[in-house]
Amino acid sequence: MRGVWARTDRWSLLVVGVALLLALPVLTVFVTALQPAGAVWRHLADTVLTDYVGNSVLLMLGVGAGALLIGVPAAWLTSLHEFPGRRWLEWALLLPMAIPAYIIAYTYTGLLDFAGPVQTLLRAGFHWTRQDYGFPEIRSLPGAVVMLALVLYPYVYLLARAAFLDQSVAVLEVSRTLGAGPWRRFYAVSLPMARPALIAGVSLVQMEALADYGTVQYFGVGTFTTGIFRVWYGMNDSTAAAQLAALLLLFVFALLVFERWSRRRARFHHAGNRQYRPARLSFAGRWGWLATVACLVPLLFGFLIPAGQLTVWAWRTAPHVVDGRFLALLANSLLLALGAALLILLLALLLGYGQRLRPRPLVRWAVRSAGLGYAAPGTVVAIGVMLPFAALDRSVDAWARQWFGVSTGLLLSGTLAALLFAYCARFLPVALHSVEAGLSRIRPSMDDAARALGSTPRGVLWRVHVPMLRGSLLTAVLLVFVDVLKELPATLILRPFNFNTLAVRAYELASDERLADSAPFALAIVLAGIGPVILLSRAIGRARPGYDAVP
Amino acid sequence: MTPFLDLTDLEIAYPPRRVIQDVSLRLECAGIGCLLGPSGCGKTTLLRAIAGFEPLQRGSIRLEGVELSRPGWTLPPERRRIGLMFQDLALFPHLTLADNVAFGLRGWKPAERRARVHELLRLVGLDDEAQRYPHQISGGQQQRVALARALAPRPRLLLLDEPFSSLDVTLREDLAREIRAILLREGIGGLLVSHDQFEAFAFADEIGVLREGRLLQWDTAYNLYHQPANRFVADFIGQGVLLPGRIEEGGRVSTELGEIDGLSPVNCAPGDAVEILVRPDDVIHDDASPLSAEVVERAFRGAEFLYTLKLPSGARLLCLAPSHHNHALGQRIGIRLDIDHRVMFRQENG
Amino acid sequence: MSLPSISRFLPSVCGLLFSLITAPALAGGEVNLYSARKEDLIKPLLDDFSKQTGIAVNLVTGKEEALLQRLQSEGANTPADLLLTSDAGRLAAAQQAGVLQAVKSDALTARVPARYRDPEGYWYGLSVRARPILYARDRVQSAELSTYENLADPRWKGKICMRSSDSVYNQSLVAGMIAHHGEAKTEAWAKGLVANFARPPKGGDRDQIKAVAAGECDVTLANTYYLGGMVNSSDDAEKQAAAKVAVFWPDAQTTGVHVNVSGAGVTAHARHRDHAVKLLDFLTSDAAQRWYAETNNEYPVNPAIPPSATLKAWGEFKADTLNVAKLGELNPAAVRLMDRAGWK
Repeated sequence: MRGVWARTDRWSLLVVGVALLLALPVLTVFVTALQPAGAVWRHLADTVLTDYVGNSVLLMLGVGAGALLIGVPAAWLTSLHEFPGRRWLEWALLLPMAIPAYIIAYTYTGLLDFAGPVQTLLRAGFHWTRQDYGFPEIRSLPGAVVMLALVLYPYVYLLARAAFLDQSVAVLEVSRTLGAGPWRRFYAVSLPMARPALIAGVSLVQMEALADYGTVQYFGVGTFTTGIFRVWYGMNDSTAAAQLAALLLLFVFALLVFERWSRRRARFHHAGNRQYRPARLSFAGRWGWLATVACLVPLLFGFLIPAGQLTVWAWRTAPHVVDGRFLALLANSLLLALGAALLILLLALLLGYGQRLRPRPLVRWAVRSAGLGYAAPGTVVAIGVMLPFAALDRSVDAWARQWFGVSTGLLLSGTLAALLFAYCARFLPVALHSVEAGLSRIRPSMDDAARALGSTPRGVLWRVHVPMLRGSLLTAVLLVFVDVLKELPATLILRPFNFNTLAVRAYELASDERLADSAPFALAIVLAGIGPVILLSRAIGRARPGYDAVP
Repeated sequence: MTPFLDLTDLEIAYPPRRVIQDVSLRLECAGIGCLLGPSGCGKTTLLRAIAGFEPLQRGSIRLEGVELSRPGWTLPPERRRIGLMFQDLALFPHLTLADNVAFGLRGWKPAERRARVHELLRLVGLDDEAQRYPHQISGGQQQRVALARALAPRPRLLLLDEPFSSLDVTLREDLAREIRAILLREGIGGLLVSHDQFEAFAFADEIGVLREGRLLQWDTAYNLYHQPANRFVADFIGQGVLLPGRIEEGGRVSTELGEIDGLSPVNCAPGDAVEILVRPDDVIHDDASPLSAEVVERAFRGAEFLYTLKLPSGARLLCLAPSHHNHALGQRIGIRLDIDHRVMFRQENG
Repeated sequence: MSLPSISRFLPSVCGLLFSLITAPALAGGEVNLYSARKEDLIKPLLDDFSKQTGIAVNLVTGKEEALLQRLQSEGANTPADLLLTSDAGRLAAAQQAGVLQAVKSDALTARVPARYRDPEGYWYGLSVRARPILYARDRVQSAELSTYENLADPRWKGKICMRSSDSVYNQSLVAGMIAHHGEAKTEAWAKGLVANFARPPKGGDRDQIKAVAAGECDVTLANTYYLGGMVNSSDDAEKQAAAKVAVFWPDAQTTGVHVNVSGAGVTAHARHRDHAVKLLDFLTSDAAQRWYAETNNEYPVNPAIPPSATLKAWGEFKADTLNVAKLGELNPAAVRLMDRAGWK
């Protein structure tokens, strides 16, 4: 150990310190989990634990596979081919990201349920009764997989698209001279080369799926997250709940280790030959329209239908439920999301750059552990923030009483600072992913060149990396912005008095089973998210200078 | 007999710019050629057109008598059986060396494929590294893998786009010779793109000089050097200066260095102003000569000195002298001309 | 966006955010409320209270457990004066956790019947919610129905829609069954009930009602205010669905219909204890009780106030006389029992 610390310096200390601070909520969960639990585990093991594990694994695998199946072909088509509507499909395919998972679940249930318009129409049209036909049950595990895949595939699409656009054109061309047709170029060259990006995308998606509570709870699918709340709320056993949460986090840790491991095996530095633009292969006639339809399908089911349903509901209910407070809600949501996004960006930049400067195991592990919060359900992170913050407040208070005879009360608990901290702990990995990806594209020789020209490490960051990373940083900010805009559980638990957001309002109405009444607020979240999503798509295009330039 | 590779009247354009125009050339029976020119002359575009990546506006490309490209129709690269080695090699980063080499061998029987991969890796001396990944081997080794990969499917023609530019000079010439030997042994035609004439000389039987999209001369290396078709080729290939002169009666030319005889005929009349190509090896250092010039620059090259000399008129001349003739700057040395291949152009402003 | 501009921008954003949280205090002082009732179902009453008394009410809504956790972790420093939940069991749990204090007022004692409040005054019920059986008018005769226990009879095989056992309403109902019949008998009943499910449990109470209306099943359990909300909905489809469903009050001869209360208690470290009691008084006042009845179709705790017209139309019923605190106590046992019975 002495050896480790002897070589430590300010950068390492700073990065490790910040990373551990961000890991605090997760560490709190583990510490809580260390206490002995009651008889609940015996009971869980006898009854529902296998269900929780099985459903969670199936959900994770299913959503991951679904996101790949939608995201990769869409990215491949839009980044390397030309077909009718390609230009706007390219960004429109990101739109489902703006829809919170629980909201898409509500809207599809409204549409496809036995009592919904689709089945009712079928019954009326064919004079069927319940026994006469089989209709896939939307509120089921497969249903949850489809719902989550529809709103989460954009993560895979985004990263896959960047990877395809970034691939060396020469490699694709040389494979043609070796006799590879378009299909073989896709699965034997493009796809394997994009593998690190795809794995990164899928692991983000899978972590989101594991952390989901709203959808699985509404669909009655027992997973780790629903189990945590059941044990905590229903059986009043917070220790066992923490242990379940810790188990879930170990799951995620395994996922992260796997992701790292598979990325390490393939560290691809390709000297990008930018001399020739990757000629988009044109699909002519029928094939072109087929490509258009293929890209329209996820857009239709992931965005147009649910947003349409929300619009129909909102049209009807807005006059009753939208009042003077609406603008305040909107402002709260937007400012909170923006503030959190910028704060998280700074932290991600600090951790990402610190890791680059000091690539040693201690730093790497600290940064990894800061990323665990992403897969923890928002409520778990919130409790993990609440407990240490309250403990800190109590000890500061006690100290102040003892020495100055005054009570400082609650300094952090119940303030926006606590909420912002929870957002940081939860969404840092989203920003970090994109910052790390951007940094890895900057050759180390750039750093060396700048240092040789007299820059300090901090100077290198501001004068070389940040300007070069512009695209990645914008991506990070926008992704976090949209995520915070949709975030519910932590906001619900940690927000201060008299402070509401669109998501809280939409949830309160929806959980009171007033779906139509919640629609105007849900729609406002979606609309507020669309702008950033479009910006995001354009940022990716701009981040590739010379890409469309004619040689 | 049909030529091996036949390009006729090619024109390639990225509207509104014409990148290649009026290029015609023939490579006879599986010979080895080179396209030489400064950067931006269109040589890589020409190569890519032969590979099938660029469509033609005019002309045609034929290989062994079969048309591959014409305006409006381009046989896709994957069906041409033309190998290509890129400047940045473009090895598949996700495949082992063996798998890289085997990439083009789809449809081969597994045993044959294994044998072919083995054969090629042995040929390029990387048999022991077969299971490693491209990023684990050196630059020179990567070059060899790229070559083995391109040769594996037995292409009819191998195109090489400045494949040696990232190597140091000695390695470059060794590899160029090795590849040449392999191509000849396997009976595969080769076409190299380069901006380096020594690389071209070491590699190619026939060389084309390109400038601004036009092919100026397609000839052997010897002829390009000694019989350049125009001023640009003369200037681009080898070193030398153009010495002003005047046509005398009987076709002889008078210059500052005396009268020169037996020049290749140019379409001009006595009294016209001309320029004569004088290579450094045409200028002999001879203390006995009545002609002398002042040393204004010198470059030591080991076995010899390359002197830049100033004539009384101010004209410059290059002279290659054995290195025991060590003269200081400013010194006047005796010289005489000994021109074997006399090349003359009309003076441009004359 | 370049980072230097971000760093200039960030403090002003934060400043703006923090200015949003400091609510203006009215002249009459303030009282801080942690509420598990949704904002829509409490805020109008609080506004009325502020208007009448000049006391500002600061509100945070959330789930019971999260609010309780927040209270516990904040300890003596908590800003909350009053904890309001929509389930009596959670109030009992809060009392056991020591975060509530006993208060007394004549108004509260007079208005809230004994079984809807804590004997020592740690918490008081504010409204009553009943969970009767709902059935399809066209396919079921009310004579076929009798008790909750009867729903486990094989004659209902494939005819019952049920909400998941994650729902606190079902947990509370099963807790009541345990209190009356003991665990063994209740477990046998739950297994029989699960065997009669038309489909795996899913959705909310309204979804169960819609499923009955659409013919997916014939019988379900739901809280009355959900049906009331559908009857008065702005959505015609919901209205039509509600019209196809009727209410049956079970256990009329025996233990009575399962009921639970929403209620509130003053926190142990309340800084505005008197204001909090004032607010409790207000919430049990005639006007507030009427508001509960009219706006959300809940039954008033104050027997002097009549239920809404919608509720009246469904008739009178005998409510379970069990003290609702018992429900909270038995809730963990109920959840484990449902796990064992395979009630998803």
